[in-house]
Amino acid sequence: MTKTITDVICPFCGTLCDDVEVVVSDDGKQLLEVYNACVIGTEKFLHSQSKDRVTRPRMHQPDGTWKEISYDEAAEYSAQMLAKAKKPLMFGWSSTNCEAQSVGNEIAEITRACCDNTAATCHGTSLIAIQDIGLPSCTLGEIKNRADRVIFWGCNPAHAHPRHMSRYSIFPRGFFTSKGQMSRKMIVVDPRVTDTAKMADVHLQVEQGMDYELLDALRVAFKGEWLPDVVAGIPKEKIREVADMMKSGRFGIIFFGMGVTQSLGKNHNIDAAIAVTKDLNEYTKFSIMPMRGHYNVTGSGEVFGWQFGFPYAVDLTRGFARYNPGDTSTIDLLVRGEVDAMFTIGSDPGAHFPISAVKQFAHIPSVCVDPHLTPTTGVSKLHVPVAFNGVEVGGNCYRMDNVPIDCRKVVEPPEGMLTDEQFLIKVRDRVRQLKGVA
Amino acid sequence: METVTITMKNPPALYLEADNVSPDAFAGKTAAQIGDLHVYEGNVTSTLGKYFEISGNAGATAADTKIVVKGDVKKVKYLGFKMSAGELVVEGSTDQYAGGWMTGGKMLVKGNVEAFAGTAMKGGELTIEGNAGNYLGAAYRGDWRGMTGGKILVKGNAGSDIGMYMLGGEMIINGNVDVHVCTHAEGGKVIIKGNAKTKIGGQMVDGTIFVFGTIDVMMPGFKPAGEVDMEVDGIKGKFAHYIGDTGERHKKKKGQIIYGNLYKKI
Repeated sequence: MTKTITDVICPFCGTLCDDVEVVVSDDGKQLLEVYNACVIGTEKFLHSQSKDRVTRPRMHQPDGTWKEISYDEAAEYSAQMLAKAKKPLMFGWSSTNCEAQSVGNEIAEITRACCDNTAATCHGTSLIAIQDIGLPSCTLGEIKNRADRVIFWGCNPAHAHPRHMSRYSIFPRGFFTSKGQMSRKMIVVDPRVTDTAKMADVHLQVEQGMDYELLDALRVAFKGEWLPDVVAGIPKEKIREVADMMKSGRFGIIFFGMGVTQSLGKNHNIDAAIAVTKDLNEYTKFSIMPMRGHYNVTGSGEVFGWQFGFPYAVDLTRGFARYNPGDTSTIDLLVRGEVDAMFTIGSDPGAHFPISAVKQFAHIPSVCVDPHLTPTTGVSKLHVPVAFNGVEVGGNCYRMDNVPIDCRKVVEPPEGMLTDEQFLIKVRDRVRQLKGVA
Repeated sequence: METVTITMKNPPALYLEADNVSPDAFAGKTAAQIGDLHVYEGNVTSTLGKYFEISGNAGATAADTKIVVKGDVKKVKYLGFKMSAGELVVEGSTDQYAGGWMTGGKMLVKGNVEAFAGTAMKGGELTIEGNAGNYLGAAYRGDWRGMTGGKILVKGNAGSDIGMYMLGGEMIINGNVDVHVCTHAEGGKVIIKGNAKTKIGGQMVDGTIFVFGTIDVMMPGFKPAGEVDMEVDGIKGKFAHYIGDTGERHKKKKGQIIYGNLYKKI
């Protein structure tokens, strides 16, 4: 007999779907089938069952091979590395639960480390802009029930957040949006004709790296001021048409992704997009929301914010929290050679950082805590595999609209495997001893 | 004026935060006392004397003190931090926050500086003979008050985001600049003698920018407002005048809307 577990939370993207159903074996040790999730989410659940999974910590040997060690030995190595370093870096956190993040922050505080999350390569620039001018936002539920103007700027949910449009933004029939997609106007701003762009009522094919100019042009259009004939490859008549379309809605939402946060302009693009939202609130109700990638990157920002006062790129080396991306941000720290130890958890910088930053891993002691085999585990000195968060252990996570949702455990991890939190507690306790902290 | 010379002898393995290297911190101290001032390398606190050889005693006040920094200080941050008077000469290149939060005195860097030089500067003169990095004379992260006074001169090129949230003072760049100049500025004057790229004066409320060379792409919020003959930093010429950013909020004075000004040499 098998058991079906309903209302499971999908630990893949920031949409954090909460209607997944999984079928597990009677003894709860095997996960057999996944329903309702998108193809990526399904794969995430099923990947936990792969037969070639690494189940014990491994130490990289000088000849390139791996030697299996115990969790205690792995915790000892990690604690020694962090305690000895003058400027250790603890990076990642976005694919683990808030409980583990909080233990990690304790370690960072004791060892006076720099800590950062994956916002470094995605929405960190949004967080800079939010600090500069604020964020008029809302929840995904409000969008489902109210939004009749939906703008996707530099994001492609059809591929990156596959169920976003069906659950919240375009198709659902909400309280004031009873005709589903018929009651919404969809605008996509993207230099490429993506699958999302193909669905749009209006696709503004902005020139690469010119989003800031286009956002500024929209603000000028709202005020009815003079505009040049063409801005960022879009004729001014089109810009005025889109400006009117945005103004005429009852409730609008701008979703934005990596296309604007990591292209030329970076935080200024988001700054301008928030200013557009602010301007629109003189005519109607408008909100703006970042399309967060990892399922708990938002939670990492929340935990950092709650414990240190800043959402990412926190430098604790002087005993108090400092925050200035460019100086305290991970990629800059690595590229400039500012850190002497690297602890990675719940993230894969090896696949996403510039190669000049990844090369630094080879020069400094490094630990990677990750259930998967990734480019980062490949270049780290120590790889600590752990239970899959959201599959083999529960815990608190934050959806992209800052709504906390508890993930659920659906299947047992392989025997003897620790969770992120259990491993971090071992490291924390050892670091406390080494540093003489009670 | 008394001169203190500090020479890098034991370079740090990581980066040094030397926020005590300023005439204000050195004033009234002997060479030995200066050597005892703290510096930070990561989470370790040690002394200036561990890294630098120090010769000469400081004057009684900051105004009577001149500091000369010799040797390789490319990995030293915060030189001239919060200095209010006196002189500081860096013989080579230095790292971030050079002349950050300075309120007076003169600082000269003979090489290049990295990002955040002249952050939230209030007064004095900062001269960089080489190139400057990003966020020159800008606000500290999250602050809405950038440079409010003083003068910055860069003889080489400057990076992006210069003069962000600038409120006053003057900045002259003899070379070229990268994207974003005077974003969110509400005052001050920036003169770029070389070329500018894109996003010049975005979200600018007030202030003045002069560009002698080319601008790759003008912000759509800058409206042409005729041509004027002017003398800028001793150079006479005809300039195309633009006002903006028309998409941004603006103050009113005697019923007139006050815009930011952008002058491009024709």
